Amino acid sequence: MAETKKIATRESFGLALCELAKEHPEIVVLDADLAAATKTDIFKRAYPDRFFDCGISEGNMIGVAAGLAACGKVPFAASFAMFATGRAYEQIRNSVGYPHLNVKIAGSHAGISVGEDGATHQCCEDLALMRTIPGMVVLNPADHYEMTEAVKAAFLYNGPVYIRLGRLAIESFNDPEHYQFEIGKGITLEEGSDVTVIATGLVVNEALKAVRVLKEKGINARLINMHTIKPIDKDIIIKAAKETGKIITVEEHSIIGGLGEAVSSVTAEFCPVPVKKIGIDDIYGHSGPALGLLAEFGLDAAGLAKRIEALVKA
Amino acid sequence: MNNQELLEMEKNACKVRMYAIEGVFNAKSGHPGGSLSAADIITYLYFKEMNIDPKNPKAADRDRFVLSKGHCCPALYGALALKGYFPAEEIQSLRHIGAMLQGHPDMKNTPGVDMSSGSLGQGISAACGMALAGKYDKADYRVYAMLGDGECEEGQVWEAAMFASHNKLDNLCAIVDFNGLQIDGHVNEVAGLEPIDQKFESFGFEVIKIDGHNFDEIEAAFEKAKTVKGKPTVIIATTVKGKGVSYMENQVGWHGKAPNADEYKIAKEELEAQLRALEA
Repeated sequence: MAETKKIATRESFGLALCELAKEHPEIVVLDADLAAATKTDIFKRAYPDRFFDCGISEGNMIGVAAGLAACGKVPFAASFAMFATGRAYEQIRNSVGYPHLNVKIAGSHAGISVGEDGATHQCCEDLALMRTIPGMVVLNPADHYEMTEAVKAAFLYNGPVYIRLGRLAIESFNDPEHYQFEIGKGITLEEGSDVTVIATGLVVNEALKAVRVLKEKGINARLINMHTIKPIDKDIIIKAAKETGKIITVEEHSIIGGLGEAVSSVTAEFCPVPVKKIGIDDIYGHSGPALGLLAEFGLDAAGLAKRIEALVKA
Repeated sequence: MNNQELLEMEKNACKVRMYAIEGVFNAKSGHPGGSLSAADIITYLYFKEMNIDPKNPKAADRDRFVLSKGHCCPALYGALALKGYFPAEEIQSLRHIGAMLQGHPDMKNTPGVDMSSGSLGQGISAACGMALAGKYDKADYRVYAMLGDGECEEGQVWEAAMFASHNKLDNLCAIVDFNGLQIDGHVNEVAGLEPIDQKFESFGFEVIKIDGHNFDEIEAAFEKAKTVKGKPTVIIATTVKGKGVSYMENQVGWHGKAPNADEYKIAKEELEAQLRALEA
């Protein structure tokens, strides 16, 4: 079952790329002077001829990726989430999204768990930005095994994909023996009938711990791991809304435009129930150690347990 | 090129201009000025320079053209129609609802368009990616990218320029259609680019300056570009915005405006007269 060894999803990403690249010479990797941080340096060491450092020029990197894809390559372009999706938003929209080119964009150091670098680097808007681009698949894997499978799925999907990577080393909770990843299909981690918690990315494991604590207190919460933000799994949301009557979303992302709003738009249209969004409120983060920030923003297991309990009892 | 070739090239360029103006007139919007300034070079690329086959527009070994100044697609569409990539009737529905020919190039729906473009500064990066793919595949094809002079105010152009030279993309040939005008006025008054040749030189390019309406100079420049090894080439082509339609020439106002019926009649008559003179 769950391993105790901690690994950041950025590293899982770099390892998965190397594995895939063995069989697929069309995979090439681009970075914008952050290979050591995004972990594309793992690929760079294994395949130096297939790695292109674009320097600190994210807009150009996305355009180069588009050109490579137009010639049949499958480029993975990585940078920090802030610069990949923020700085280069319009290049992604117009040079990748509009022509629906087969470019995979990886945004590392997403969310507040970047830690000490502070607000300028804590991208809490990447999922929102990427969701708005027609045809873009948006993935936010929660642990090592999920990232490994997500990278494969992204490669097999013919079209643009955004993958969110985390900086922080985290425990894996998925069972590699039985784990299956399918784009657009949420995974029920815990059954429950009092409320449904839908979480994504790094905070899924925190939500899992919180839900287990609450079970002992007699609160029977369902937990869904929503690794795909787009296309969102409507069926699992509607089922949860019908069966549990209320939903709490948990994300290390702005409550504007991310998982919470994606879920809310499904419930609003198909099965209106109360949806409470837990995430980063409409504010910037700040410097500090990652775990301290997660606790401060109420996104660690203890904080989530408290907030979920209060919402269920409200 | 010999006289016969030159005559054919001039006739084709004239027809490309006629298509461009016809498209913009029927669309009641679009960008005639820069289309006309680019028409000669685009014609040369499609009728002489590039290794392409309109019957096989996706051939892996073809040369590629990226119109980074995507708003000037009426000229590109004219060349593609004349070359037989699609029926010339499509020109009349440019920019119409449901039309194949979009206001800016759309590679998904228009045969012969190698890259979607229109947001300035982005096409040259995509061209770099195509050239890089060619190097990676050890393929022989060449990649051409046409920039506007105003477009060179975009920072991304220079990011791409650094990338092209760092990666020794000698299979990339950029062309700057230097017509001297942009929407808000003269380029040197809005946000001057000069000395643009020295800028590209310092970014590691082989720089060739030509008159962008002289086919002998155009041919010599592209021929020279093919001999350059280890670095990309840029052809800085001095051109006349609105070239070929008297009242549009060197007029800022014709950057992004369609002629009305009377103006179209004059433009058509002028271009038809030019064609008749070439055919005589």
